[in-house]
Amino acid sequence: MIENRPLVTALAYLTLILGVGIVAFPIWITFVAATHDAVRMTQVPLPLWPGDQFFANLKTVLFEGVGGRNATPVWLMMTNSLIMAMMIAVGKIVISLMSAFAIVYFRFPFRMGFFWMIFITLMLPVEVRILPTFEVVSNLNMLNSYWGMTVPLIASATATFMFRQVFLTIPDEMLEAARVDGAGPMRFFWDILIPLSRTNIAALFVILFIYGWNQYLWPLLITTDSGYFTVVMGMKQMLDSAEQAPEWHLIMMTALMAMLPPIIVVLSMQKMFVKGLTETEK
Amino acid sequence: MLKRVHFGPSLLPFLLVAPQIAVTLVFFMWPAGQALYQSFLIQDAFGFSTEFVWFENFQILFEDQYYLASFQRTAIFSLSVAVMAMGFALVLAAMVDRIVKGVMAFQTLLIWPYAVAPVVAGALWVFMFDPTLGIFAYALNTIGYDWNHKLNGNEAMLLVVLAATWKQIAYNFLFFVAAIQSIPKSLIEAAAIDGAGPMRRFWTIIFPLITPTSFFLLVVNIVYAFFDTFGIIHAITQGGPAKATEILVYKVYNDGFIGLDLGGSAAQSVILMAIVIVITVIQFRFIERKVEY
Amino acid sequence: MRISKYILGAVTAASFATGAYAQVEIQWWHAMGGANGERVDKIAADFNASQSDYVVVPSYKGNYTETMTAAVAAFRAHEQPDIVQVFEVGTATMMAAKGAVYPITELMADTGTPFDQSVYLPAVVSYYQTPDGDLLSMPFNSSTPVLWYNKDAFKKAGIENPPSTWDELNADAQKLLDSGMTCGYSFGWQSWVMIENYSAWHNLPIGTRENGFAGTDTEFTFNNDAVVNRLQSVADSQAKGIFKYGGRRGDSLSLFTSGECGMWMNSSAYYGSIKSQAEFDFGQTMLPLDTDVADAPQNSIIGGATLWVLRGQPEDHYKGVAAFMKYLSQPEVQAWWHQETGYVPITTAAADLSREQGFYEENPGTDTAIKELSLNPPTPNSRGLRFGNFVQIRDIINEEMEALWAGDKTAREAMDTAVERGNALLAKFARANR
Repeated sequence: MIENRPLVTALAYLTLILGVGIVAFPIWITFVAATHDAVRMTQVPLPLWPGDQFFANLKTVLFEGVGGRNATPVWLMMTNSLIMAMMIAVGKIVISLMSAFAIVYFRFPFRMGFFWMIFITLMLPVEVRILPTFEVVSNLNMLNSYWGMTVPLIASATATFMFRQVFLTIPDEMLEAARVDGAGPMRFFWDILIPLSRTNIAALFVILFIYGWNQYLWPLLITTDSGYFTVVMGMKQMLDSAEQAPEWHLIMMTALMAMLPPIIVVLSMQKMFVKGLTETEK
Repeated sequence: MLKRVHFGPSLLPFLLVAPQIAVTLVFFMWPAGQALYQSFLIQDAFGFSTEFVWFENFQILFEDQYYLASFQRTAIFSLSVAVMAMGFALVLAAMVDRIVKGVMAFQTLLIWPYAVAPVVAGALWVFMFDPTLGIFAYALNTIGYDWNHKLNGNEAMLLVVLAATWKQIAYNFLFFVAAIQSIPKSLIEAAAIDGAGPMRRFWTIIFPLITPTSFFLLVVNIVYAFFDTFGIIHAITQGGPAKATEILVYKVYNDGFIGLDLGGSAAQSVILMAIVIVITVIQFRFIERKVEY
Repeated sequence: MRISKYILGAVTAASFATGAYAQVEIQWWHAMGGANGERVDKIAADFNASQSDYVVVPSYKGNYTETMTAAVAAFRAHEQPDIVQVFEVGTATMMAAKGAVYPITELMADTGTPFDQSVYLPAVVSYYQTPDGDLLSMPFNSSTPVLWYNKDAFKKAGIENPPSTWDELNADAQKLLDSGMTCGYSFGWQSWVMIENYSAWHNLPIGTRENGFAGTDTEFTFNNDAVVNRLQSVADSQAKGIFKYGGRRGDSLSLFTSGECGMWMNSSAYYGSIKSQAEFDFGQTMLPLDTDVADAPQNSIIGGATLWVLRGQPEDHYKGVAAFMKYLSQPEVQAWWHQETGYVPITTAAADLSREQGFYEENPGTDTAIKELSLNPPTPNSRGLRFGNFVQIRDIINEEMEALWAGDKTAREAMDTAVERGNALLAKFARANR
């Protein structure tokens, strides 16, 4: 610390605690709502303290499902979300590492053409091109499959771009040294580039896992088999079923279930995530 | 761009880019091309009658005051989210820099909204502000303010801005903390010795030095507000009331999905793609320049 | 233990499925979530158990618009389901897609299934008939708006009978306010309740060409004095708290069930929700009559959804679909569905059966919807409506009505703009479906 000003430090702590309070309050409300029963959730004012229905609601949601979406239980939806998130994260990291490697370390015809082709896909969300993409996926017979749910979402340049940035910061001496040792391109890739990018791979894994887990519209459109429903889409569907009042206690419990895994991933990989994220993107 | 030291041409780089190019061609270029073609057509929902109309869909759009209003609304929304999310994050980051104990704990407590799905975030906020049931609506009511975002467009806009901001604070916070920490301590100490107080040091040293980060975040936040907030709006207002929260990406969805106006929606997609390409080029130039120093 | 039970169930189901692979699978996409979704599953399961040739597989596809869009997208990709549930305002869009839909009357004739259309309630099927009287889609969940009221609050305010006219409604709302309530009444699905049904109830057209039944070259006329004056009066009464707006769909339900508003106009299908949530005695009665406009009510029109059969499946599927439609229309099935959900039965026999079973005596008021629908033989103004792009047009009407409630526009301005914007979409639809 530069100087000792207890008042300023106290103010800093106070602001931070206030900030955490603001950020955390919505989650607290969600948790509280998930611990009450249906009737309590229609009575104004709504509770601020937890009730005693947490485990009852948890059981209903996890194992029986809500309503008649062939009563897909939430644990099954969570499994689907997990598969989808993992496939997107791993798939995207693998193909992006490869293409970034090619673009940064090789001179070959159409290199810039390839680069721009990949680059243009940056940031254009699926929502904008969803109907034609749906037709493509169905032409390829990929409806109701984990491939259909994930591969089209892998078509985005964010990861390629990030690895490109990482590779550009790696000193040229590395390659020169590797060459002296007689290592070929793939050897260099495996033994030097990948280990050097570990933090970034971890950070990207967190980002992509969250991205995959949080998808809504795409899985909604291409899955008709309730065995493939994901938890985020399940939660949204509970919000607006025809001519029914929302069952807030169960919706909020499902919301809690939908939030938990990505939060766990972020927090458990926090250090690498923060480091990888802030060091490459700025 | 290319490494000074690099490998020569061979088959290998083609094999390496092949998977990504294949996925991009099949799931991006092909659909995007379809959207482009579709934007020249007027077609019924099921695709039985098709009329090729050249630029009529675009012409209709630019004569449509609601479409033009949506541009303006998107700008207001994006700027509000960017400014609020960045401002709030910067305050917290500056405070974290002041403290010694509990830095990790605060960081942990502040970053997790980043992991919450937009649709889920929307559900949380719409629940808290539900005009009849919501805890905040109730609180506002007891102090005599009748909150009803289902009727009042400004309140609806405020609510989606709040929800979108809430989700984005974490991201900005991490970048600001990293940027502030990378400022050499000697600079701050020198200023402190000269008698500059914390506020002054912040405005004269820290703030100017983190400008590159701020600019980068501005672009990221605007792009986030442009596209990634679809789920939030979908869960909270569905673009209403009276289109008060219908931003461009939501209008594409609404006209294409709800209205089944495929030509008009495709034309909007094409315009959005053009915007994205422009933003991408700007951001690319900027990042490229930064990499050089 | 629960997990192992579930897995056991899945394994058993899978072995059954393989054992009976010769069965024809019929895909049914629907929009019924929550408790009604469970009832849909039960209907399908009961049908599957009743015969061994076909298996109906219901899939919940989100809300009405999501379900319809999913079906349209699937059709374009040749992956369509056999049956899709489409809400009433999607009728014109579905109907215009002649190559995509398989009209019920034609389906029954082609598959040689005996089919007597006269057993269905006229007010229900008239919405979905061609000018020649052929049935296009099978009514499934139909409802009509009714006036729900809080009996306890009425007692406290000293009101003996529920209102039957708008004047009485306003007077009763005032009495509720005087007794300490903060809101007299609210309503949901406002275009459906306050414009479409208001017009039918008073035998007024909402558009030309018999509300669009006679052709797609139609225009709206609901910016007439009757609608405008009524809406203006509703908007003006907000100041005193007589009316309170609570959202486009069923969102305002909580205003009623929490006891804030004493009356609520919305679908009869909210019966189940109100019953499970309201902690007071409630009743339902017919919509109020506007005595400035008509001397007696005509009949109300339905909302809800029907089941459309899509083309492009193998022939044996359609035999199964026909058998399922037939099963669905049985009095026992319909009576059960009606009593469980509050949707109206689609056949006269199901209504009679419910009466015989004593359902209406045990649950007074539950026959209000049927009474409203069958008050008089439907006229061209009260048969229903058939406008293209109506999903979007309802959004426009919602927007303009919200502008009215917010005080940004007068009723005249709001309705004029709604008609103008709606007509533009009608013209667009007519062009795309030439």
